[in-house]
Amino acid sequence: MILQEIMTILSAEVLACKNSLDIEVNAVKASDLMSDVLTMSDSGVLLLTGLTNVQAVRTAEIAELSAIVFVRGKRPEQDTIELAEQKNIPLLATQLPLYESCGLLFQKGLMGTSQPVKDS
Amino acid sequence: MPDNNVFEQSFPVKGGDFANAGEASCQVKEILKEIGVGADIIRRVAIAAYEAEMNVVMYAREGEVRVSISPEMVNLIIEDEGQGIENIDLAMQEGYSTATEEMREMGFGAGMGLPNMKKNSDEFKVTSEVGKGTKIDIRIRMEKET
Repeated sequence: MILQEIMTILSAEVLACKNSLDIEVNAVKASDLMSDVLTMSDSGVLLLTGLTNVQAVRTAEIAELSAIVFVRGKRPEQDTIELAEQKNIPLLATQLPLYESCGLLFQKGLMGTSQPVKDS
Repeated sequence: MPDNNVFEQSFPVKGGDFANAGEASCQVKEILKEIGVGADIIRRVAIAAYEAEMNVVMYAREGEVRVSISPEMVNLIIEDEGQGIENIDLAMQEGYSTATEEMREMGFGAGMGLPNMKKNSDEFKVTSEVGKGTKIDIRIRMEKET
């Protein structure tokens, strides 16, 4: 599924990297704990999180996440957005809480990271 | 430089500087990419370096991340001046943490740092002296992909 579709499903807005909405997402991880995100062995995963500080973007770069969706209406500071632009990591924001966001994406066939990640 | 086949560089890390935390690890990652190291190795080095760098930012006054890259392996040394680790065995247990609320708000401090560093290493060694500091020696062999 491409990021643009995820944006529609979650009624999300784009905060950074508006021109990268055509990237493919194969799996989703939902966590506020960056150490937890760093234990994944897959790359190209979409992160759903309520953690809006710069560490979310740094973690995305280190763990090679495809993009980040901030849930429950949380908005990052400007420095987080700037870092994401610089590192080319798309940021989205949705008003939906984490559970609903996960549920909607799962319903549309997006799997978690415990499932084998399919080739795009 | 010990010999021509080894690339070495060090990056300073400042304790408490959350805004720049992770920058050293990102630079290490960029260097490995430029050299053309395999993606799996880059990922393991980057994750181990980042967890270690976060520990310096969270717990120490100052420190540095040193990386040496040879055709055989990547060696990361993360050394700091700080409070040190009282009980390394305990710190190696998943879930054990002495993190403050501020650290947890950054998405860290869940007691997964050292175990995750070890998981990504082929060889892993922690030495620490309470009140002085900590040194972490991480070795990741190239053989799997290059």
